[in-house]
Amino acid sequence: MNAFSRLTSTHIVYLVVLLTFVAGTVLVGAAGRSFVSAGNISAVLTGTSVLGFIAIGQTLVILVGSLDLSVPYVVSLASLLSAGIMANQPGNILPGVAAALLVSAGIGLVNGLVVSGLKVHGFIATLGTGLIVSGYLATNYKGSAGQTPVAFRLVGATGIGPVPVSTLIMLACAGAVLLMLTRTRLGHHMYAVGGDIRVARMSGIQTGTPIVAAHVICSLMAGLAGLLLAARLGVGSPTIGAQGGYDLLSIAAVVLGGTLLSGGKGSLVGTLGGVLIFAMIDNIMSVMQINPFLKDVVRGIVIVVAVAVYARRRVARRATRFGHHEHVRNEQEVSA
Amino acid sequence: MLTVTGLSKSFFGVPVLEDVTLRLHAGEVHGLVGENGAGKSTLMKILAGVHDRDAGTVEIDGTPVEFHHPTQAHTAGLSTVFQEFNLLPDRTVAENVFLGREPRRGLLVDKRAMNSMTSALLEDLGITSIRPTTTVGSLSVAQQQVVEIAKAISYDARIVSMDEPTAALAGPEVDLLYAIIRRLRARGTAILYVSHRLKEIFDLCDTITVLKDGRVVGTEPASAMDDAALVRMMVGRPISAYFPEELPGTAVGPALLRIEGGGNDQLDAVDLTLRAGEIVGVAGLQGSGRTELVEAVFGVHPFTRGRLELDGEPYTASSPRQAVRRGVALITEDRKSQGLSLDQSVLDNALGVIRSVFPRRTAAARKEVPGVLSSLEVVARDLDQEVQYLSGGNQQKVVLAKWLAVDPRVVLLDEPTRGIDVGAKIAVYDLMRRLAAEGKAILMVSSELPEVLGMSSRIVVMRDGRIAGELPPDSTEEQVLQLATGARTERATR
Repeated sequence: MNAFSRLTSTHIVYLVVLLTFVAGTVLVGAAGRSFVSAGNISAVLTGTSVLGFIAIGQTLVILVGSLDLSVPYVVSLASLLSAGIMANQPGNILPGVAAALLVSAGIGLVNGLVVSGLKVHGFIATLGTGLIVSGYLATNYKGSAGQTPVAFRLVGATGIGPVPVSTLIMLACAGAVLLMLTRTRLGHHMYAVGGDIRVARMSGIQTGTPIVAAHVICSLMAGLAGLLLAARLGVGSPTIGAQGGYDLLSIAAVVLGGTLLSGGKGSLVGTLGGVLIFAMIDNIMSVMQINPFLKDVVRGIVIVVAVAVYARRRVARRATRFGHHEHVRNEQEVSA
Repeated sequence: MLTVTGLSKSFFGVPVLEDVTLRLHAGEVHGLVGENGAGKSTLMKILAGVHDRDAGTVEIDGTPVEFHHPTQAHTAGLSTVFQEFNLLPDRTVAENVFLGREPRRGLLVDKRAMNSMTSALLEDLGITSIRPTTTVGSLSVAQQQVVEIAKAISYDARIVSMDEPTAALAGPEVDLLYAIIRRLRARGTAILYVSHRLKEIFDLCDTITVLKDGRVVGTEPASAMDDAALVRMMVGRPISAYFPEELPGTAVGPALLRIEGGGNDQLDAVDLTLRAGEIVGVAGLQGSGRTELVEAVFGVHPFTRGRLELDGEPYTASSPRQAVRRGVALITEDRKSQGLSLDQSVLDNALGVIRSVFPRRTAAARKEVPGVLSSLEVVARDLDQEVQYLSGGNQQKVVLAKWLAVDPRVVLLDEPTRGIDVGAKIAVYDLMRRLAAEGKAILMVSSELPEVLGMSSRIVVMRDGRIAGELPPDSTEEQVLQLATGARTERATR
C-alpha cells in the first residue's frame, strides 16, 4: 500500500499500459493470432497517431484550466482544406498543408482570445466555435471533397520497420511540446495559470499568453490530425472528425493519463500512455472481432476506474500516524 | 526608505483610507495594527500595486513611485507576503519562488540554477530543511510560509510587507518566523508587519502605527506602548474587557460528552470528558492532532477505537450529519472553504445546516435569523447580501449563527477567532460565555495561547495525536508550551 501511494499517476498509467499489453498478448494469442507481430504492432501504433496529435494539444488546454470541444470540426476542416487545395497536384502539397495549419491556428487563436480575454470558459467558447465550424462544413460540403496526391498519401501509409511515419511525426511533436512544457517559461506558466490564475497574476505572469498559446497549439495539433486523415483517406471529409468523437476521446485520454481535469497538474507522457491504452484496447477488440459497441463499454470502464484510483490517492495524502499493528505505546510520554 | 503621504482610497464611494501617512526606515520593523476593516489590507494592497490609490504619494528613497501591477512594486524593491498564500501546491519550491521570472539559459529554463539560487535564498533565511525540488503541497504550513517569504525577498526586496504571517503558525514555528524577520532587519530591510496578535507586535516591532476607520490614530515607538494602550487606541475600549468574565449563573453540570480511549489513524488513547457549562481549551502545536480531535468527535474522520458517550447514551459519530442530529456542532478552522458558501446569501448560509438536517424546522428558524444576526452584531447590508462581501469577522458571525440555528448541546470551535478583528473576537468570546451559561459544553481549539488561557475552565494540551496533559486556567504560557513540545527543560523565552 505504501509503495503504491509513492507512485505518480504517470507510473500508474504505464502500469496499465503494461497490463493491457499482457492482456492483449494473452487474449489475441488465445484467438490464434499474434498481438506482437510486426504487422499488428504497426496497426496499434497507427491507431495512436490521430488521437495522439489531438490529445497532445488537449493536454495543454486542460493544463491551463480550459477545454477544447472544437477539435473534431478543426480536424474535418483541415482535411477538406488541404485536400481541396492539393487537388491531386504534388506541387500543391505545401500550400495545402500551410493553409490547413494556418486556418487551424486561427481557430485556436479565436478560442484562446475568447477564453482569456472575454473570460468565457473553454467548454462554452470552444463549443461555440465548434458549432460555427460544423455549420460552415455542413452548408458548404455535401460529402467528401478534394483529393490528396500520392506523394502526400505516402505519409499515412509508409513506415520505418513496424513504426508508421505518422506515429514518428506525432512523437516528434510530443517531444517538442514536452520540451516546451517542462523547460521553457511558457510551459511553467501554463502550469501556473491552470493551477491558480490569481497566484500566476500576482507573480507577474501575463495570464493571457499561456492560455492563448495552449489553444493555438491545440488547434494546430488538430489540424495535423486532419492532414494525416486526408493523407490516409486520399480525400477530405466534413464528418471525419465528428465520427471519430475526438473531442471527448481526447479529453478522456488526457484524464486517463493522470492530468487533473481542473488543470495545473499533469503530464504529457501520461497522456501518451492514455492514448496507447485506447489504441491497444481498440486493436484487441477488433482483432478478436468483438462487437464494436462493446469497445466503448470497455473504454468507459477504464476511464472511470482510472480516475477513481487517482481520486483515492489524492484523498489518502495525509500520513497515518497510528497504524493498526506496528503501534507501540510510548511509556515515557506519560511522565511529561 | 518608504514614505507614504496623504494616501486616500475609496471603494464605490465608501472611503477606506483617508489621508494616511506612514514612514518606514531601513532596518526597522514597523507594526501596523487595527481592527478588520480599518484599512490595513487595503493599504498593503495599494503598496503592492494590486489596487490604485485615489490620492496621495508613495516615495521610495525620495523618488515618487506609481504601481499598477505587483511586478512594478517588485522591481522597485517592495515585496508583499499576503495572508493568502501565493503558492502553487503542485509545483516545486524553486518553481514557486521563481515563478514568472524563471532563470534561463538560451530559451530553456535553467533548472539547476533555479534550484541552487533557491537553496541560497533559503540558507540566507537560516533554513536548510527545505529542498528546492520538493513539491510545495507536501510541506507543512510553516514551511510554506517560509517559501512565501523566500519568494518575496528573492526580488531583492528592500521593503517587505507582511499581512498576518503567523495566522497559520503556532509555537516554535512562530519563533522561526521571528528569527527570519530579525535576520532581514539586521540586513537593513524595512519591514511592515500586520498582525492581530499583540504579543507579536511587541516582540518584533520597533515602531507601531495604529489604523482606525481608515485613518492613522497614531505612530509610536513600541517601547512607549503597552497592550492596554494599544487596544485602547485600536478599539477605544480597555483591555480588561478583552476576555469577558464568566457570566453569573454559569454552573458546571453533568458530563455531556465522554470519550474513553478514542483513537483513529491520527489520534490515540484520547480520554476526555466535557461537562455542561464548561469551556475546555485545546492547545498544541500545528499538527498535534487538535483539529483531528474535533473532526473525530464531529464524525468527519470518526474514531475507530474507544467508546463515546453523549448525554449518557452511546454515541457513534459516523458522519457529520449524525453528529448534528445528536446536537454536536463544529465551527471549522477554515471558514471560507468549510464554513460558508461564499456565493450564497447571508440568509442561505445562516439556514445552511438546519435546512439540510432538520428541514421541517427551517420555516421556524427562518423567522429567528434576523434576531440571531443582530444579537451577534453582524454588519451586512441585508439578508440577501452574498457573504463573500462581508469582512472576516462578520463572516465568522454568520458561521456561528448557522450553528446556533440548530441549537447544539456540544459546540466544537476550531480557531474561532483566526484572522478576525478585536471587536469581532470579543463578540465571539461573549457568545461562548453565553452558551456556557445556557448549559452547553464547549470545546475550543486555538493556536493563540492568551485566548486559550483567558477563556478556558480547563486546558487540554495535545502532542503527537495524544493528550499530553491537562492544565488549570491559571497556568502560564510556558507550562502549556512545555506540554505541547514535550520539553522537560524550561524553554528559553525572551
